Amino acid sequence: MPPTPQPLHLHVPEPTGRPGQATDFSYLHLSPAGAVRRPELDATPASTADLAFTLVRVLDDVGTAVGPWAPPHDAALLRRGLRAMMKTRAFDAKMLLAQRQKKISFYMQCLGEEAIATAHALALSPGDMCFPTYRQQGLLLARDDVPMAELMCQLMSNARDPMLGRQLPVMYSYKRAGFFSISGNLATQFIQAVGWAMASAIKGDSKIASAWIGDGATAESDFHTALTFAHVYRAPVILNVVNNQWAISTFQAIAGGESTTFAARGVGSGIAALRVDGNDFLAVLSASRWAAERARRNLGPTLIEWLTYRAGAHSTSDDPSRYRPADDAQHFPLGDPIARLRQHLTRQGDWSDDEHGQVQQALDAEVAAALKEAERHGGALVDGHVPPIETMFEGVYKDMPAHLREQLRQARQEI
Amino acid sequence: MTMIQALRSAMDVMLERDPNVVVYGQDVGYFGGVFRCTEGLQAKHGRSRVFDAPISEGGIVGTAVGMAAYGLRPVVEVQFADYFYPASDQIVSEAARLRYRSAGDFTAPLTIRMPCGGGIYGGQTHSQSPEALFTHVCGLRTVMPSNPYDAKGLLIASIENDDPVIFLEPKRLYNGPFDGHHDRPVVPWSQHALGEVPEGHYTVPLDTAAVFRPGRQVTVLTYGTMVFVSEAAAQEAGIDAEIIDLRSLWPLDLPAIVASVKKTGRCVVVHEATRTSGFGAELAALVQEHCFYHLEAPIERVTGWDTPYPHALEWNYFPGPARVAAALRRAMET
Ligand SMILES: Cc1ncc(C[n+]2csc(CCOP(=O)(O)OP(=O)(O)O)c2C)c(N)n1
Repeated sequence: MPPTPQPLHLHVPEPTGRPGQATDFSYLHLSPAGAVRRPELDATPASTADLAFTLVRVLDDVGTAVGPWAPPHDAALLRRGLRAMMKTRAFDAKMLLAQRQKKISFYMQCLGEEAIATAHALALSPGDMCFPTYRQQGLLLARDDVPMAELMCQLMSNARDPMLGRQLPVMYSYKRAGFFSISGNLATQFIQAVGWAMASAIKGDSKIASAWIGDGATAESDFHTALTFAHVYRAPVILNVVNNQWAISTFQAIAGGESTTFAARGVGSGIAALRVDGNDFLAVLSASRWAAERARRNLGPTLIEWLTYRAGAHSTSDDPSRYRPADDAQHFPLGDPIARLRQHLTRQGDWSDDEHGQVQQALDAEVAAALKEAERHGGALVDGHVPPIETMFEGVYKDMPAHLREQLRQARQEI
Repeated sequence: MTMIQALRSAMDVMLERDPNVVVYGQDVGYFGGVFRCTEGLQAKHGRSRVFDAPISEGGIVGTAVGMAAYGLRPVVEVQFADYFYPASDQIVSEAARLRYRSAGDFTAPLTIRMPCGGGIYGGQTHSQSPEALFTHVCGLRTVMPSNPYDAKGLLIASIENDDPVIFLEPKRLYNGPFDGHHDRPVVPWSQHALGEVPEGHYTVPLDTAAVFRPGRQVTVLTYGTMVFVSEAAAQEAGIDAEIIDLRSLWPLDLPAIVASVKKTGRCVVVHEATRTSGFGAELAALVQEHCFYHLEAPIERVTGWDTPYPHALEWNYFPGPARVAAALRRAMET
């Protein structure tokens, strides 16, 4: 007699911590700082399999840089990095406030994730192109040539908005700063980055591309497509997966993170992969440099999973206390990126509490001044400023076709 | 030249003229395409200019958007128009919007070639005419040639155009004109005046229609294979129809349409695609809006039925000359 069949059941992953509970972070599988090896630049993708399941870390619990991934000591660069992270956080804080004050309609902060974009930016070269999501403002704020006021003008859709009021706040585009136009459709930019990198290779250029995606969006088909094309054509691209554990209310296990890693997808696709402490500025800098160097030397793409935690709400339209513990971020074992680099620099004698206070004050003043400057140009919400009506019809095509000229005429008449 | 040779010649000319032009897609490289449209191009221009791609329409169009953002001018192929759906997001949300959303910071000057249309026993997924899904998208240009001369000139113009272009190729016309009489032998393009194609560079401007057959009694608005079907229908019905080959579906040549309908006072719209919310609905609306006081009869639409494209009932589905002729007669009766 055949055995009686057992009823099947559907597995639906759940986070361990819901509101009122404590998250069990043991699922992260952390490695101690300094414990993970640093492979040769020309390592084969298959040989990086172990790195996809461990965690590259440089800073230990007391702020010492240890192990093979510790970058050569460069106090000036790290001080610049700390300032960039603090600037990003100050900018976010001010813009959150501006949203509450109804100066802007919407905002997305990157609280807790500042190290990833800012350190990565410092590892790239002029001319490289990033294909960011809406949570890599650090790529822009790490630079000195992108005025904060200009970003704020975009957020306010005002007369100086480079996007002419066409885009939702935070959907910046900065070609001259190597920052591709942000799209509302998740994951689309991941495969575009691969195409950009292929183009650079086709032309015999020396520029590389850097692609960005969140843990949740890895479930989109463009993620898989990007891995396939990057592998097939050995495209000079860094494929960054920012695993901040959450996609709005959805825990990363629902994106496919349970009992595996996002870095593992790289190895499975024939792409060298690293899993890196995203709150460790030195590890981010070092891993980014490794991947950039590989790409630049025609050694192929690298996928990096940055392990971090989305400390803030998903957006100004989100209330995380409805789906996760209120104090979750404080218990995240990788801590806070700013506190950790500050501890390191202080320990090295390259930073002090005094200086920290002064820099913080100066940045707060700089952000406040930038907002004042931006506000001088009005805004859709503050003074009802809207761009001239023809900007709605221009730029759909290179030249305005007859039907849009006609619709512009109608709009002028009817509105 | 056949239409296949004309399209190949257009790509050859552009690969030669513009070092930023690249051509890729499934089976496009070494093999030269399942329809031979890219035969020999890889051998001539090299693997970094003409190459094979993985079977991923989203990946093909997505990389093309990235390449275009870099400054290249990609000409990519989707093997059958029936298979563009996986690339919808990249076409609609990305290629079409890039210039607008970035206020010109980035642009997407790419051309997406897709063999389309039925009449070849292609069944449900080798026969579709999805043009209405593109004409509805702001920021896209949608183009469909009906003969080798236009095919080459329009493809060169599309590649040179800085807007994203959906270039639909009626595969039933690849080797010769087809008037819907499937029981008769195919006449090759070599015996047709429009099969005469210059070797070098020339363009057929976008946004301009062609009067394929001048006439005085009724205007037929059509494109692709239906141009020849309409011609046969007019002849068989003995009606002096003016057949307009739109060539550029959107943006289109409104003045040419309006001038013709105002002259004839009657209009029949003909396309292979399904009827409801098809491109013919837009054409009928435009004619109604711009020619209302000149119309002497209701606007007729002859289209594919609102069903998936069948296999066995190919010729009951395909709007052949008999159905078009009947519509021409109806238009003349009122
Ligand atoms: C194609 C698509 N589907 C859904 C959304 C709505 N949406 C915006 S952000 C988001 C969550 C993304 O999460 P993740 O990729 O983990 O990035 P994070 O927000 O955590 O940085 C969703 C579902 C969208 N923008 N695009």
